[in-house]
Amino acid sequence: MTVESSALYDVPGPKALARHRLYGWLALLAIAAVLGWVVYMLFHTEQFTYQKWMPFEYKGVQELLLRGLGNTLRAFGWTVLFALPFGALFAAGRLSEHRAVRWVSTVVVEFFRAMPLLVMIFFIFVALKAPPMWALVAGLALYNGSVLAEVFRAGVLAVPRGQKEAAYALGLRKTQVMAYVLVPQANRAMLPAIVSQLVVALKDTSLGFLITYEEFLHAGKLIATNLDYDLPFIPVVMVIAPVYIGMCLLLSWFAKWLERRGRRDPKVRGGAPVAPTGLTPDPQG
Amino acid sequence: MRVLTDNWSTYWHGFLGTLWLTLVSAVLALVLGAVVAGFRVSPVKPLRVFGTGWVTVLRNTPLTLLFFIVVLGLPRFDITLPFFTFAVLALGCYTSAFVCETLRSGVNTVPTGQGEAARSLGLTFGQTLRLVVLPQAYRSVVAPLGSVMIALAKNTAIAGSFSVVELLGTYRTINELGYDIVWTFVWIAAGYLVLTLAISALFNLLERRVAVSR
Repeated sequence: MTVESSALYDVPGPKALARHRLYGWLALLAIAAVLGWVVYMLFHTEQFTYQKWMPFEYKGVQELLLRGLGNTLRAFGWTVLFALPFGALFAAGRLSEHRAVRWVSTVVVEFFRAMPLLVMIFFIFVALKAPPMWALVAGLALYNGSVLAEVFRAGVLAVPRGQKEAAYALGLRKTQVMAYVLVPQANRAMLPAIVSQLVVALKDTSLGFLITYEEFLHAGKLIATNLDYDLPFIPVVMVIAPVYIGMCLLLSWFAKWLERRGRRDPKVRGGAPVAPTGLTPDPQG
Repeated sequence: MRVLTDNWSTYWHGFLGTLWLTLVSAVLALVLGAVVAGFRVSPVKPLRVFGTGWVTVLRNTPLTLLFFIVVLGLPRFDITLPFFTFAVLALGCYTSAFVCETLRSGVNTVPTGQGEAARSLGLTFGQTLRLVVLPQAYRSVVAPLGSVMIALAKNTAIAGSFSVVELLGTYRTINELGYDIVWTFVWIAAGYLVLTLAISALFNLLERRVAVSR
């Protein structure tokens, strides 16, 4: 983000530059003051005492955390496995030539997108009495699958019209047009948006914590609320948060990398990216 | 139907809780998001870096974790506030990152030539911003801003698990009274649908009024 590219400013002259430098130092001071306060509070409330960090030395605690992380990744894996076919199926349904199929698919997709994810998860968990992990996975797969269905549909519709017309003119049937012409091209343009949606799914696995699924955050809470370790709340956050943020950042970067690569690739230049990665389809959870 | 009529006051309280939480968090998110967006397009580098960091971290943090940190972590810093305020903080900060990105993309849609024309007419920076850039920027992001607000309304459901009175949390009370659980959820779902449809209608109306075609 260079300043020159903005409609807001001219290229600054010497006077403006000096002023900007002054503001820069003031801003730095303010930010340093806030950070300093946080560090002061950390020491002031004795977050770095041995007793609070001691739990991380124990093998049992480490295993608990690792098991939690494993469960998080497992829920994420199942979600991806179910959400992608669900999305593909209902995207195909919404693009169908039969009005009934189109109508049903639209209702399904719109319903699951409009419902708060947590309400669905609780419904499956409490009313249908599913085990926590499957309640979580089902909720995540239905919600993210519905969002993905829209991404897929937008991707197929974004392929230039001539492609479809040419394929029909060659005598291909609708299924063939889809499978051989539209979907392969749409795929490449959609990939960044799909991965961005997977970041949302990964983040939302932490909702499992609220229905007692023993995932990463749940393991963290177990340790944090332990009186023997003097309630090591902040240390636990300092261990858990970077892992979560790191995992999501990695996926986000992967999406951005895909998008950059796609932009360089002449084969996909025709169909613009479906959704800019900057605007993840739905900032839920 | 009896579930709804018998527990009308519980539902109504929950619904109002969700509505109020959404409104207050939305105000915080819009204000904070605008400030951070301002940072990110400013010519001052430390502010830009801070803005980028804010957005990157918050967008990649699970909201549940954020609730966890705010509701259970801040008290360790001797900061004790009502649960409602904690929930507003978590939801507002989280959503502000998305609001910021939306607004910033709006500023970026304004062609550079517009700003140059404004300056060559002798408008000051404040005037350029107020009269030329921001009106167009805001108008071009009405629709995406609407989706962010709908997501916010849906996300308020998480607050119920952190001791805030809101719609989803009402299921516990009603469940204990022994009502049919499926119908309990049907009415909760209906409550959220009313809310999200209302927001969506509001933003559609706004969009029709102000949208710019470019």
